[in-house]
Amino acid sequence: MLKPPGSYSAPPHRSRAGASGNRIRFATDEVTNMGEAADVVVAFNEQVLYSRIDVGALREGSVIFLESMWANHEDEEARNAYTQAVQDFKERGYVVIEVPMEEECRKLVADPRRGKNVWAVGMLCALYDRDMEKVRQEIRTKLGRKGEEVVKANFGLLQSGYDWAMENVSFRYQVPVKESDVPMVVMNGNQAAALGIMAAGFDILSMYPITPATSVSHYLATNFHRCGGFLHQAEDEIAAIGFALGASYAGKTPVTVTSGPGLALKTEFIGLAVMAELPIVILVVQRGSPSTGLPTRVEQGDLLAAVHGEPGDAPKVVMAPSTIEECFHFMITARKLAETFRGPVVVLTDANLATGQTLYPRPVMKEEWLAPPIDQSDWDENVRPYEWDPKTGFSPRPVPGQRGGEYVLTGLAHDEGSHIAYDSDINQRAMSMRGRKLITIQRSLKPPKIHGQPEGDLLVVGWGSTRGAIEEAIARIQADGHKVSSICLRFLHPLEPGLKEIFQRFKKVMTVEINYSDDADDPFVSPQNRRYAQLARLLRSNTLVDVDCWSRVPGVPLPPWWIEKAVRDKLDRLKKENG
Amino acid sequence: MYGMKQDWELEPRPRHFVLEDYVGGQPRWCTGCGDHAVLGAVQRLMRDEQLTPEDTVVVSGIGCSSRFPHYMKTYGFHGLHGRALPVACGIRSRRPDLNIFVATGDGDCTAIGAGHWIHAIRYNMKMTVMLLDNHIYGLTKMQSSPTSPQGNRSNTHPLGAFLSPINPLSVTLGVTNASFVAQTVDWNPPHLYATLQAAHKHDGLAFIRILQRCPHYMPQVFAALQQDTSHAVLLTHANGIPLDDDVARMFKVKEEHDPSDILRARYQAERRDGIVLGLLYHNDNAERYHEYSAAGLGMSAADKIDVVQETMDRFLV
Repeated sequence: MLKPPGSYSAPPHRSRAGASGNRIRFATDEVTNMGEAADVVVAFNEQVLYSRIDVGALREGSVIFLESMWANHEDEEARNAYTQAVQDFKERGYVVIEVPMEEECRKLVADPRRGKNVWAVGMLCALYDRDMEKVRQEIRTKLGRKGEEVVKANFGLLQSGYDWAMENVSFRYQVPVKESDVPMVVMNGNQAAALGIMAAGFDILSMYPITPATSVSHYLATNFHRCGGFLHQAEDEIAAIGFALGASYAGKTPVTVTSGPGLALKTEFIGLAVMAELPIVILVVQRGSPSTGLPTRVEQGDLLAAVHGEPGDAPKVVMAPSTIEECFHFMITARKLAETFRGPVVVLTDANLATGQTLYPRPVMKEEWLAPPIDQSDWDENVRPYEWDPKTGFSPRPVPGQRGGEYVLTGLAHDEGSHIAYDSDINQRAMSMRGRKLITIQRSLKPPKIHGQPEGDLLVVGWGSTRGAIEEAIARIQADGHKVSSICLRFLHPLEPGLKEIFQRFKKVMTVEINYSDDADDPFVSPQNRRYAQLARLLRSNTLVDVDCWSRVPGVPLPPWWIEKAVRDKLDRLKKENG
Repeated sequence: MYGMKQDWELEPRPRHFVLEDYVGGQPRWCTGCGDHAVLGAVQRLMRDEQLTPEDTVVVSGIGCSSRFPHYMKTYGFHGLHGRALPVACGIRSRRPDLNIFVATGDGDCTAIGAGHWIHAIRYNMKMTVMLLDNHIYGLTKMQSSPTSPQGNRSNTHPLGAFLSPINPLSVTLGVTNASFVAQTVDWNPPHLYATLQAAHKHDGLAFIRILQRCPHYMPQVFAALQQDTSHAVLLTHANGIPLDDDVARMFKVKEEHDPSDILRARYQAERRDGIVLGLLYHNDNAERYHEYSAAGLGMSAADKIDVVQETMDRFLV
């Protein structure tokens, strides 16, 4: 109960009340996204609810369990605000149940502000018929070190909330429990990525604090050294990647973690990593951008910056996990790719994956994940530091300490021997060899899996954290007999193979993304000046298919019904256009 | 052995290095450029210390002096403008076994790389940092640098530089944890060599500002200092830069300066009556970041797996 199968931590709404909340969605079967409007809301004061109402988090019929202490508050203004709000909520069609949480808690503890949440958990346990013993175990795990007294007090609060609900609430919800066959873990996407960093055998995390990526570092700050890793907090974003690339050059396995503004600052060094072929993994936990943007909010706005951010042609791998589980596994893949491909690999997650928590099967650790990056024996002097295999573009790399491999790495144009070369032919060849590496990787990828039929009227393409919501929306539309399918891309650069063939089997293709695009219906927008969503631009140029897009930048995850509505609108239009 | 001095080593060396083992590409610096002298001094130091070429990395940024690694036959990292120090610190972080030299210019270090400079001094990771300071941008053809004298005419300040120059010595000495700060000149090979040698032996970041001639764009800037040593103040001390008497004799002005005295060192950096040469500050007890960053290097795969497994188990439900 305290560890929900699917949740999203809503960031505080800054302009009102400054309070924050947690959203929990749970079901008997797998939960893939944060879902729609809430069925049940527990609110410690009425004002915080307005920010949730603004973003469509409640619907008619939502049941609000509302702390009633404000009704009799000494401050007249607070009393009036409360009364008005309750009236307003009822007018909006919500079911308001006033709960004397403060009063009930005060019977047990001196300061109800610490512990009211546990009382509320007890109340919810009664409402949802949950196993109280599991909650007591969790309380012991979380609060045990604060002493038996604290644990006992919380047990009391839990029971009190439970008893109150049993006595005063006349309805119950039934969500049957289904046991899993395999051991399951629960964590958020930043913890999953951090654990992935440990399991992948990374040696050094070099970072600079930035929201919403920093919690990866917070987690590793207390755990990384236990498996031999070192966390370096650099003086700035540029130094963070510079330090990491120094370690990479010296044969170590670095990772750096950042968000959009940090990615912008790292651009020059990423270009160097491409040019000089230094392996590095860059985890970008996207937030709202550009500039300082929406630091705590959800957006997928860094795709084109990740793919095309550097001046000139800077081929690198860009991949995006679509689930919290993939946040773990992609760190292992990313390290392996960076070393094989000898260059930077960008892993794009977002604030939705970063702060959401979910269940997934406990990974089975493999020793090969920890393998050192290179063989440290003497280097064959006849092999040059960039001995590009013309078929793959790949080359082995020497590292300091290897006798016979001495070379001077340079960001200037260079030949196979790393000698500075301004010669036209050498530059053409070197650029094509670095580009070839992407072709090699692309040829090793599998085409994306299609969610639904392999052909039809409309194909929806997404990437990253929107997958669960898209698939849920598509499933509902499919249930009505519409020929709609979806795919989710994990590799954005190079793009997964076979896209054009897949696209051609559908009458229309559109992307659904959380980044900005001009609305085709806007009177100022024409086919000539319309700016498409970021994946749509990549797909259009890559496949020459007229890929449409629907995208929004609300700062929150897209709920399935928004996507459902957009896709149904598109289907209606297609029907009209085709008569 | 008969007739052998007690301090002779008879330990056979599997490899012996001569100067050519450190000589890389043909330098493309201008004739008369001070960088040649620094390059030669570093190569001689490596030979004399018998540093293994493959265990040595020369890191640089961008600029004339940052071409340095290409002329060495060691590992080298000719990276980005202003960013030599974070790279060098990253190399050092997990490789306590390597010898690290950094070549950086006045634009590279004190302009675009100023932020990294301050923090690298604070990290105090073992490396020899050579600031080749010619007071001008050479590679991009004569733009003002932060160390250009006030009034100096350049392509970006044709009427003369507006502001007084930054003082790299006083800036460095103002940073917490500075541990070795020295100044020398490219045209006095014994002093240059002795300074480099002391820096190399220092366990921490040794910062040497080398006043370096640019005959092409700043031909006159050190002329007075070169012609008349009375413009210089040679810092002497038992714990300073060791110098033969016949070299020391060339300097008209000498001053005994205890390099352990940080306040006196700051005075020496700021004094206007002469350009100080020698070791301004030395502290072997400053904290060293590499002692933290190298933690966990020897951990076995089996131990790592145990930790990762146990960490994963904490998330079980």
